[in-house]
Amino acid sequence: MTESVLVAEHGIEYTYTRSTGPVIGAFLTALRDRQIVGVRGSDGRVIVPPTEYDPVTSEDLSEIVPVADEGVVTTWAWNDSPRMGQPLDRPFAWALVQLDGADTGLLAAVDAGEPGAMRTGVRVKARWADGRVGSIRDLACFEVVA
Amino acid sequence: MSEPVTIVETPIKLDFSYTPGVASSRFLRSLEKGKIVGQRCPKCKKVYMPPRGACSMCGVATDEELILSGKGTVCTFCVTRIPTPGLDAPYVSAWIRLDGADITSMFLIQECDPEEVRLGMRVEAVWVDEADREPNLGNIKYFRPTGEPDADYDTYKDYV
Ligand SMILES: [Zn+2]
Repeated sequence: MTESVLVAEHGIEYTYTRSTGPVIGAFLTALRDRQIVGVRGSDGRVIVPPTEYDPVTSEDLSEIVPVADEGVVTTWAWNDSPRMGQPLDRPFAWALVQLDGADTGLLAAVDAGEPGAMRTGVRVKARWADGRVGSIRDLACFEVVA
Repeated sequence: MSEPVTIVETPIKLDFSYTPGVASSRFLRSLEKGKIVGQRCPKCKKVYMPPRGACSMCGVATDEELILSGKGTVCTFCVTRIPTPGLDAPYVSAWIRLDGADITSMFLIQECDPEEVRLGMRVEAVWVDEADREPNLGNIKYFRPTGEPDADYDTYKDYV
């Protein structure tokens, strides 16, 4: 005996409202103005995105340092099937982008079109969203610099 | 110059297709017909409501089905005083052991002052209108007191 099994579409949604604190707040404020900033760590390195605490000494960090909105891919993975809520609705690369002036990689989407356009060391530049509000989404993605 | 960012909203969203499986599909379709159908374990004889097609204690399929009355006993309850979308506060949720079932299920209790709800209280299912029924648990809107004398403690003490 076969009996059809029910299927129901469900959705779960919850919006958190978070206070950013001074460091993440500075980062998001800068994004709204099409700028990317990091924070200087105790060893002099510029950490992007900025962290509130030093990764080595755990001390509070506060020296905000502007960096370029262009840099190099240090590692990447191709995402062939983007899911709902991801930065792009077509295949793209997830990449760690080390921006000029930064000493760490920023995880971001690169709208490279096809995986052949991606390689470690390729230069990429930020693409900014329209109607920026002070969110990580203001940085829409990166694109390969021709 | 605009104000610095101090607050950020981070939505989290998940869309998914839920498949309840054969046993629960049958259960939900009986609810659409106004019947609460439990399943009895062939080994330990416990009656599951809602049924899941197997006894989690014995690990065997529960093929035998039986219709439960829709009356039951409050075994545990909670009065919530903070409103939630679709529910005005205060509201009462309770674990109810349906007569003939050996596990409890959670339902709302209404048509009753929250201060009146107590362990052992006898309650009955209130259904949505027949024309509006769908194969889901929402067919039972809530439970309300039957007015019967409270159940004897021994009949629900293992479910408190
Ligand atoms: Zn059993």
